[in-house]
Amino acid sequence: MSFTAPIEKTKGQIREVEIGSSSKVGGESTFPFHLWEGEMPNSPMVAMEVYDEPQPEWPEAVRKVYEDVMDDPVAWAKKCQDEFGADAIVLQLRSTDPNGTDASPEAAAETVKKVAEAISIPLLVNGTGSPDKDAEVLKKVAEAMPDRNIPIGPVDDANHRLIGAAAMGYKKPVVAFTSMDVNLAKQLNVLLSQLGVPEDKIIMDPTTGALGYGLEYCYSIMERDRLAALVQNDGKMQMPILNNLAPETWKAKESRVTEAEEPTYGDVETRGILWEAITATALLLSGTDILVMRHPQAVELVRSAIDGLQAQAKEKIAS
Amino acid sequence: MALSGLQIFKLLPKTNCKECGFPTCMAFAMQLAAGKAELDQCPYVTEEAKAELGAASAPPIRKVIIGAGDMAVTVGEETVLYRHEKRFEHMPGLGVLITEDMDDATVDKLLGQLKDMEFNYVGQNLRPRVAAIRAADPAKLAALAARADSAAGAALVLINDDAGALKAAAEPLKDKKPLLYAATEENFDAVAAVAGELGVPMAIKADSLEKLAELGQKAVDADLKEVVLDPSSATLGDVLMDQTLIRRAAIKQTFRPLGFPTIGFPCDMTDDPMLEAVYASVFVAKYAGIVILSDLDPARVLPLLYLSQNIYTDPQKPMQMEQGIYPINEPTEDSPILVTTNFSLTYFTVSSEVEASKVPAWLCIMDVEGQSVLTAWAAGKFVADAIAPFLKKSGIDEKAPHKKVIIPGYVAQISGELDEELGDGWEVQVGVREAADIPKFLRQWSAN
Repeated sequence: MSFTAPIEKTKGQIREVEIGSSSKVGGESTFPFHLWEGEMPNSPMVAMEVYDEPQPEWPEAVRKVYEDVMDDPVAWAKKCQDEFGADAIVLQLRSTDPNGTDASPEAAAETVKKVAEAISIPLLVNGTGSPDKDAEVLKKVAEAMPDRNIPIGPVDDANHRLIGAAAMGYKKPVVAFTSMDVNLAKQLNVLLSQLGVPEDKIIMDPTTGALGYGLEYCYSIMERDRLAALVQNDGKMQMPILNNLAPETWKAKESRVTEAEEPTYGDVETRGILWEAITATALLLSGTDILVMRHPQAVELVRSAIDGLQAQAKEKIAS
Repeated sequence: MALSGLQIFKLLPKTNCKECGFPTCMAFAMQLAAGKAELDQCPYVTEEAKAELGAASAPPIRKVIIGAGDMAVTVGEETVLYRHEKRFEHMPGLGVLITEDMDDATVDKLLGQLKDMEFNYVGQNLRPRVAAIRAADPAKLAALAARADSAAGAALVLINDDAGALKAAAEPLKDKKPLLYAATEENFDAVAAVAGELGVPMAIKADSLEKLAELGQKAVDADLKEVVLDPSSATLGDVLMDQTLIRRAAIKQTFRPLGFPTIGFPCDMTDDPMLEAVYASVFVAKYAGIVILSDLDPARVLPLLYLSQNIYTDPQKPMQMEQGIYPINEPTEDSPILVTTNFSLTYFTVSSEVEASKVPAWLCIMDVEGQSVLTAWAAGKFVADAIAPFLKKSGIDEKAPHKKVIIPGYVAQISGELDEELGDGWEVQVGVREAADIPKFLRQWSAN
């Protein structure tokens, strides 16, 4: 019995979504990094997050990296761009949280504008997941930035009309957020396209679980998303995927407890960085297109993983 | 091509003698079809049936056991490519490379870690179990193997090119089922003979899948069942490709020569220990059976063990927390009492928000068979007449006599009924709907 490599060609293809002026995500015609049987024209985007207000409760490992820029989102974004080589910035508008500072949409839009003008890499804007407030804030953001191709999100089934309308009006891509369910993800894509949002301006956020905190749900949902998109050629599922992972992994107990508190766990900084990098790697393998990350060393590791995964001796199985 | 349970049943004796360990021939047939039993288990099967069933009856990926007792590592028996289709069966065995160049103190440290390192996560004990001994000097190989066995009881991988050296090291430990590493194009016959004679598993190694399949065919022809594959992937991309193609060939084509579990050595792929952990995570997620690291720094082992558990957990059966009272941030008798369900994600989300709030609190986790709050409520499991007896029996009123209980905002509608069920002295308060709002809620809460 001689060996014939079991190559699987897929029918479908993920749509390419343009972000900023020249960056693209998506476009895969195969499973994640299956370069021996299909194309992955765009490397996954490694974006870094910036907050519009200080984050004093972060664990030491990440707090010390951003201490000098925590109260200045512009400086923070430039640091990620210039020092850490981020592919893109995700501005987390945490100050607009109605249960927190509850900053006004106007103030948030002003911050977005300043950050956008200070960087040359693409910008994405993320609200707080409070449907009503996000609708007001993201509408204002879209209005304030008519000429910039800035994806806005999260859009969910409660506010998709309001944010969808603003996105169409100002030609912005949207990040469609659903909670860990293939059918809900598809439904929201259908709702957005019925509303008139072009399908190449939709990015899916399937909800991200950190390692040890639901990663496996997210991993399987993403694998099923990709099977639907590529094998079943379901046009309503062929959107690139974004994973907002950093807030999840750095919230995990295992990223926070010190070696003094848990002597068997080892060095807390190593652990926190790997919690983020390994969560990200699992997401790379299950189909992510945009990773939202925090620690520069985790970013570095994930870049090495992407380079490594793209290095394949395709001639070994030349068919 | 695989046969169905019914097709297999027609070839069995149909005597329901139970000697195979299953209650009926039909049940045995179904297990055979699912790749979960071996035809050899039936003492009465005819030669004719054997020939017909041969290819279809063995599991598409053979089971291999390395080591003995608590430290034994069972790998193989996988039946799918995607974990949502059916549970991945056996978590990979994680282990450490021990070489002849290491000084005694280093070897002692690693073996001590192998012996003692154990983490409890969602009720499971996770630990590294494997010591891979690499020594060119046959005496050192045997000595280190004996030491790893006596000091840590580790599942052993013995690494040497020479069949004689492997035999000398493995023979005294053959009951511990060490894995011989590795049979190659050059030494296949000699190493296979040792594996056959000692009854221990053997790895085969080649630098292409075609060559690996040729060796696999020789192993099948020699009737060796406990075989582990090393495709010697040079890059991380090759790891993904080789592991994926091996798994596909075994499962989709029932290609016997590659129907075995695999071993990988991220320890040999990079000198950067952090990157090594990331590389290892690709092996863990993508089908490897044994994964060898360069050391056992707990900060790097812990995330890999968690990843193994996450990937190999049964997707049909939600992970559950044990019912009980979980104290968070050292609560006192004036601390708030929260009640929710034992779905692990619910628990993790709620407990991490409570922790982040820095407010001491009692978290009462009720067993509803691992369902989330709304699902359990809809199923009649997280309702007033179930929650009330749980809380009363839990002993929470002794820990926090104020007896004010906060229920999830999503089940606000049961608060009146729960008040009644709980009776005098208790008070039901409606909490928030989203976990993210818990810190603010708790900071404003007061017992009076």
